[in-house]
Amino acid sequence: MASIFFQGIRSNQLIVYPLAHFSRIQTAVYCTLQRPQGQARPQEVSFQEQRKVQQTSSQTTTRKPLEQNMQGYEAIIGIETHVQLSTVTKAFCSCPYFYGSPPNTTICPVCMGLPGTLPVLNSKVVDFAVKLALALNCELSVTSKFDRKQYFYPDLPKGYQISQFDIPIATKGFIDLDLPVEFGGGHKRFGITRVHMEEDAGKLLHSDSGSYSHVDLNRAGVPLLEIVSEPDMRSGLEAAEYAAELQRLVRYLGVSNGNMQEGSLRCDVNVSIRPRGQLELGTKVEIKNMNSFSAMNRAIDYEISRQFLLHSQGQSDQIVQETRLWEEGYQKTVTMRKKEGLADYRYFPEPDLPEVVVTEDYIENIRSSLPELPELKRRRYEKMGLSMQDVLFLADDISVANFFDSTLENGAEAKLAANWIMGDIAAYLKNEHLSIDEVKLTPQELAELISSIKGGIISGKIGKEILFELITKGGTVQKIIEEKDLVQIVDPGAIEAMVDKILEENPKQLQQYRGGKTKLQGFFAGQVMKESKGKANPTLLNKILSEKLNANSK
Amino acid sequence: MSFLIPNPRLILPARRLALPSSRSTSPRQLLHGADTASATLSSPPSNTVASGVPSSEILSIRDSLLSRRRTASDIAGEYLDRLHKVEPQIRSFLHVSESAMKEAEEVDRMVAAGRELPPLAGVLVGVKDNICTVDMPSTGGSKILKGYRPAFDATAVRRLREAGAIVVGKTNLDEFGMGSSTEGSGFQVTANPWDLSRVPGGSSGGSAAAVSARQCVVSLGSDTGGSVRQPASFCGVVGMKPTYGRVSRFGLMAYASSLDVIGCFGSSIADVAILLNVISGHDRLDSTSSKRDVPDFANELVSLNNLDSKPLKGLKVGLIRETIGEGVDAGVVSAVQAAASHLEHLGCVLNEISLPSFSLGLPAYYILASSEASSNLSRYDGLRYGNQVGNGELSSIYGHSRANGFGDEVKMRILMGTYALSAGYYDAYYKRAQQVRTLIQKCFRDAMNDNDILISPAAPSAAYKIGEKTNNPLAMYAGDIMTVNVNLAGLPALVVPCGFVDGGPAGLPVGLQIIAAAFCEDTLLRVGHIFEQTLQNCRFVPPLYGAN
Repeated sequence: MASIFFQGIRSNQLIVYPLAHFSRIQTAVYCTLQRPQGQARPQEVSFQEQRKVQQTSSQTTTRKPLEQNMQGYEAIIGIETHVQLSTVTKAFCSCPYFYGSPPNTTICPVCMGLPGTLPVLNSKVVDFAVKLALALNCELSVTSKFDRKQYFYPDLPKGYQISQFDIPIATKGFIDLDLPVEFGGGHKRFGITRVHMEEDAGKLLHSDSGSYSHVDLNRAGVPLLEIVSEPDMRSGLEAAEYAAELQRLVRYLGVSNGNMQEGSLRCDVNVSIRPRGQLELGTKVEIKNMNSFSAMNRAIDYEISRQFLLHSQGQSDQIVQETRLWEEGYQKTVTMRKKEGLADYRYFPEPDLPEVVVTEDYIENIRSSLPELPELKRRRYEKMGLSMQDVLFLADDISVANFFDSTLENGAEAKLAANWIMGDIAAYLKNEHLSIDEVKLTPQELAELISSIKGGIISGKIGKEILFELITKGGTVQKIIEEKDLVQIVDPGAIEAMVDKILEENPKQLQQYRGGKTKLQGFFAGQVMKESKGKANPTLLNKILSEKLNANSK
Repeated sequence: MSFLIPNPRLILPARRLALPSSRSTSPRQLLHGADTASATLSSPPSNTVASGVPSSEILSIRDSLLSRRRTASDIAGEYLDRLHKVEPQIRSFLHVSESAMKEAEEVDRMVAAGRELPPLAGVLVGVKDNICTVDMPSTGGSKILKGYRPAFDATAVRRLREAGAIVVGKTNLDEFGMGSSTEGSGFQVTANPWDLSRVPGGSSGGSAAAVSARQCVVSLGSDTGGSVRQPASFCGVVGMKPTYGRVSRFGLMAYASSLDVIGCFGSSIADVAILLNVISGHDRLDSTSSKRDVPDFANELVSLNNLDSKPLKGLKVGLIRETIGEGVDAGVVSAVQAAASHLEHLGCVLNEISLPSFSLGLPAYYILASSEASSNLSRYDGLRYGNQVGNGELSSIYGHSRANGFGDEVKMRILMGTYALSAGYYDAYYKRAQQVRTLIQKCFRDAMNDNDILISPAAPSAAYKIGEKTNNPLAMYAGDIMTVNVNLAGLPALVVPCGFVDGGPAGLPVGLQIIAAAFCEDTLLRVGHIFEQTLQNCRFVPPLYGAN
């Protein structure tokens, strides 16, 4: 019954903010699975079905054949991630860095490597490294040092990169994450081998003709953290989820924007396969050039399939240690360079920089300043009784999580707040390409809205209208209700009058209903709601309408 | 201060060299009290030459300016005339400033306006060409940087200018400081003012020769393995290698970053003390520069007429046995032994001591310095600055720019360093050398527990003939035996002329090296000053200057 009624108002909803609704149907992202209120069930079902279709189709392209055909083999995946830190200035000089600045405009003698210049460590880099190391549950090196990694390349102005070699700032950590529900879910822990600080190189801009290249040193000297994982991942999905969790962490911590397209988060993946039960690892292949998590997922699964195929054809000797590039256009990996043995970077301790010593006090200070991290948030949300789907969505983005938490602090019920945020609000944000802190809606007003609906002051439908108003124009729930006279009609007599009027105006439909076409209740409900300008209490309306339709049919 | 002065009251109070800051006070008054006008220290240079006891040329210039006896333009003119006159023979400068006279006139305007004169007002300073100057080319003595003009002044140079100094030019050196004779310059060979057929030492040979020949008042050098001290010894001038970290390295083209330090040359201890005062101190652009307070070095020097008969009574001096043994010229040994006797005479307690790890210093130094050099010189690839050679293809530019730009000695050290850092060799060479370095540091610490200062020759011989060792790099390297250990330990050391050996038209000077504990430059300068002021029968003015 409720479902019929709901469909009745949905057409109305399209008029109010059609774009939001439209985008939800089209994109079918995780966030659209649940409707803000209990009434939303039918739609939820239809969305889930839609998801299933999508899932199966994606599984048929990559995952299914892999899992089915990998009998006897397993893939071993390790990831090296470079995170560009969002410090105000570079690692060893006072130049700022802005992505997209005109070439060679944020450089100075130090990051240009001019003769006589010396690096001076930006202490923020250590702060950020320690933050991330603590978030990754690492052991910190009380004393670490910088080393020089030496090679010649035009984007490396000093002829060496300042990095950390044998004593990184942090080692032996782990990362906890929850796999997406639609891929089977499950909690995973992946080991972190080390975290170290280093500087980025510049960029080469190759000419179209290929006959010359320009050097842009803007990025030279920008601080990076390199995070090396243990080879704990077994599939493209796990690898992509690892990277996504890392991105979440750096964003929670505010140490990086984690943007893959801008190169603020770059993953190099090592993939090998081996027969199950075999201890030694197979020949590993490095994959580069993946600029989204889904590309990572697909690139790795492609590479696993490629290696498995070679094994199954008895050509495992064709798997050589090399670096392969993910070609997004062709959806395959191609050889970039084959390694002739190990490169000798002739590391030695950087004599221009003193050792980095982190004291217990300093570490504790940073530890106590850490925000609640994604894993803890997820566990807390889970304990509130939210579904894993909700938990994953809400904890995904720190600003969403903060908004949600703040809404709860203002008295809203977790499930209701989650539904609003994940439903209408998320849809709007996605459609407008905004983040939750860029709109005028405040957690206080969302909480107020929820309580107004719950208290029966306004209907859910009116609630949606008010929400739209709050998002776009701001203001308070109370004021909007007053200004627009939106208080819900709960007087049964008034509703009955409207029902009578509608039944009278639509004798043909009434006859059809009574002839057995009971689906038409939705039509009547919609008409009555329209008549009430959306203010009729839906439960009452439904009840009265039902009584009228059925009573008179006798 | 770690040594006792027998009756401090006699020496210390109000009887110090001071940097006068007020235009109304004569330096003479500050230096020696209002009534001691006869002091040697403030005598003009001509008197110095006559008396044989070195005095501060910086203070005498200041005195002349404040008393308006001479103008800064006069003084600069005199130096520049001499510079140009002897330059064809000495060839100590790679570049001479075109604005020196203008800067001197500016000082005269300050004097005329009655403005307070900064401590080095009107003082002509030579700067080693591996130290960056914004207004002059800075090549490091290498063809790969021919014509290169830095975008900034080195911190030491900036401090010089802020102190009113006139940077008169850029002095010659072994390419990037790699050498001990200045024959390794990519541009020219500098001659020793004491004997034009001999080397001035190196790598700061240009800076030492220029001060020796009075082409400038004082100069800056750099010392990685002895590059200030050995040429000071060869040229008969005072050379100071400060503690590692005392002077900012920002703007010094790196040779071996963990050993490099900017040092000073002067014709008297007082000048070196004043110069060191100006350039010392923490610099936020060099994170290896020390945050320790810089004592007023010049102010702690005691004037000659306030000395008692045993001014260094109780000071414990260790003569390093390994430095006066085999392989060291007899003339050098006897000059140093005479200097040791002189110190005893001044009240020091002399002990011969042993530094067991002494002989390990040289190989460890050459491994570490070459390793760091191989890395530091990677930036000279011909791409962004300096001399580019090649057909436009990347590896050709790298290869040809470096092949043409670097000299043989530099290439050899890059190769040695690259080898020492290579996988599979690192532990046997670089790591081992670092262990030796730790051992040497410990040896010095032990020795410093028992002694206030250590002494040794500054080099195993006096200046040798140009060309004598150019085909024998090992013999050349062996000449650094006296100095490299001090760099490995990071300690300060002073070289003060102490005697002569036969050779050349007027004999060849020999320097005494005095080593102190880290950041005890004040001890070195105080001892050096008393030594210098009491040394009899020596006049460290080269014949070339005398002829002028």
